[in-house]
Amino acid sequence: MHRFANPARFQRLSAAILPWTAGATVILLIVGLYISLIGSPRDYQQGDTVRIMYIHVPAAWMSLFVYVNMAIAAACGLVWKHPLADLFAKAAAPVGAGFTLICLVTGSLWGAPMWGTWWVWDARLTSVLILFFLYLGYMALVNAFDDPQRGTRAGNVLLLVGIVNVPIIKFSVDWWNTLHQPASVIRMGGPTIDGSMLVPLLVMALGFTAYFITVVLLRLRAEIVQRKIQTMRLTEAQG
Amino acid sequence: MAEFFAMGGYAAYVWSSYGLAALVMVGLLVATLKALRGAETTLKALEGSRPPRRRRARNGAAASPAAEVGEG
Repeated sequence: MHRFANPARFQRLSAAILPWTAGATVILLIVGLYISLIGSPRDYQQGDTVRIMYIHVPAAWMSLFVYVNMAIAAACGLVWKHPLADLFAKAAAPVGAGFTLICLVTGSLWGAPMWGTWWVWDARLTSVLILFFLYLGYMALVNAFDDPQRGTRAGNVLLLVGIVNVPIIKFSVDWWNTLHQPASVIRMGGPTIDGSMLVPLLVMALGFTAYFITVVLLRLRAEIVQRKIQTMRLTEAQG
Repeated sequence: MAEFFAMGGYAAYVWSSYGLAALVMVGLLVATLKALRGAETTLKALEGSRPPRRRRARNGAAASPAAEVGEG
């Protein structure tokens, strides 16, 4: 892992990877949108609102996936002072917050016609809202210090404390009574969802993952350039 | 075609879901690209305004042995 800790090497490596992840994002999302909107059947109970699932569920998966990755990076940043780990968490946070926002709003737009309510304060919805605030809190905290290193350290601690929320989100539908349905894809005994709906779901999830990798690589490049500018300005100021 | 856009009467819910997802994802991508371009331009301007210290040091290191040879 430490071989990739060198920012100059990272810049070269990411330049080689980016065209592939960007291409994969475009292809996966075009195919995914086609089968979600046209190539898949409507639900016999929910009609066409089931198509909201192909955005809502992958966005929910991503909101957790991104958070777990950020928490792992935070641990690496705190333990090994890994320079790219701190930058990764900072670069990924807005993307994770974006996916959480998409998950919350599409959930609301799906709940309104199907549950008859936009929002309920139950365990699943509330814990995802807390996840959204964790993302926002992390972003605010990291930028709240004059010294960027103190900011990332405080942010990393917040990320590690907030990880307790991840299993709460995952198991909230089993532990408490809720309007939200229990897991139907990632569960013991295999998915209980038909293949014609599982395929668009997985293609969209892959598309979102490719999008995440692409945008994070771009943001990391920008962060590294920003750090270089900071050091140049500092050495200039010190003569 | 009209039937496709009607989404079985749920057009408002389905299309606003897809629209919001597109808005957030494209918006983030555009903001990221803008930040990257901006940072790269600033760095180029900074590097152009004065020669980087390391290269100056290297030139100095390369110049001194030559000078010694010249003296010798």
